[in-house]
Amino acid sequence: MELFSLAIRSIFIDNMIFAYFLGMCSFLAVSKKVSTALGLGAAVIFVLSVTTPVNWLLNEFILKEGALTWVSADLVAIDLSFLRFIMFIAIIAAMVQLVEMVVEKFAPALYGQLGIFLPLIAVNCAILGGSLFMAQRDYTLAESAVYGFGSGTGFLLAIVALAAIREKLKYSHVPNGLKGLGITMLLTGLMGLAFMSFMGIDL
Amino acid sequence: MSAETLEKAIEKKPAEALFSKRRRKLVADPLIDDNPITIQVLGICSALAVTTQMKPTLVMAISVIFVIAMSNFVISVMRNTIPARVRIIVQLAVVATLVTLVSEVLKAFAYDMYKELSVFIGLIITNCIVMGRLEAFAMGNKPYDSLLDGLGSALGYSWIILTVAFFRELFGSGSVFGIPVYNYVSSIFGPDFSLATNGLMVSPIGAFIILGLIVWVQRTKTGYVEH
Repeated sequence: MELFSLAIRSIFIDNMIFAYFLGMCSFLAVSKKVSTALGLGAAVIFVLSVTTPVNWLLNEFILKEGALTWVSADLVAIDLSFLRFIMFIAIIAAMVQLVEMVVEKFAPALYGQLGIFLPLIAVNCAILGGSLFMAQRDYTLAESAVYGFGSGTGFLLAIVALAAIREKLKYSHVPNGLKGLGITMLLTGLMGLAFMSFMGIDL
Repeated sequence: MSAETLEKAIEKKPAEALFSKRRRKLVADPLIDDNPITIQVLGICSALAVTTQMKPTLVMAISVIFVIAMSNFVISVMRNTIPARVRIIVQLAVVATLVTLVSEVLKAFAYDMYKELSVFIGLIITNCIVMGRLEAFAMGNKPYDSLLDGLGSALGYSWIILTVAFFRELFGSGSVFGIPVYNYVSSIFGPDFSLATNGLMVSPIGAFIILGLIVWVQRTKTGYVEH
């Protein structure tokens, strides 16, 4: 039950986009068409749900203070947590490479559409952010898996919703200076306002 | 070609001035005309979350300036030795090392700030401006030029987030750099007068709206239209 409430919280209340602004770059750039947005969202869900638990293992058994005791009891004083950034990002980059190869092989059309943004998932703040939040909040392995999946789903929800709005937006007259980024930011603000209504829910 | 003409040819090309027009352009362009946030739409990710107050924003801006300029420089120095296939991971390693440095320095000398910025210092690694500049500029240009280019982009980023932070702190908390401006203003007009702060500005929504408006103003001034 607690895992379920964590999932709901990470999808709606602690939404990656609306609460922490993570993954904004691809959120803004790949939200012009619903189908592309869906593809990117699915890729993000997959990468997040894989990297967060893997990074949890890494953090728990190698990086944390005293984590190396399973090797030898003498290593109790070693604290490698300063290596966190570099190790997390290495895992993420490797995973993204894997996803890229799989997508290229099995869904070439999606691969073409995602273009540069597939490799850029590696530098999507949402992915690294998920791992860093996981480490900071001391989740367990199961929690981190659920959290990764949940925040990925939250990202998918946000980007698909924005893409749907932007598809409709094509037919409206937006002032020149506000076209593109400006109106998208304002829209995101309004969507965030809607998502704020979830905050009152106590789980 | 005789030795004499060769010498002349070399002489005709004096070293470029340290701050030549081209190099000044490298720094100046990203400030307004080619701003990384408002025009190129990069680096919005980690930036907005820290902009509720001016002080952490300033720390963030300084960290980003350091990381972008230095990583541009380092990658540019190594650019001819990096195999194209693994360049992303090499770039990430360099950036992550620099960010770790920043984070350790903050942890040692400004622990409160480190706590406040929490994961967002680590997220400089995935700031799209960093990778964007490395890919677009540092991989193909000389070290000094790359340093300037990085500096320009980082400054362009910094003034935008500082502006966002200024408005968010002023309207959201009624202060600037922690100085309670609203209290001073209210005290001038007597006890019955008080300015209300807007809680929405402290929440993420405020950042989106303020940035949207800044983009509007800025693009209207430069005449840039996105299609």
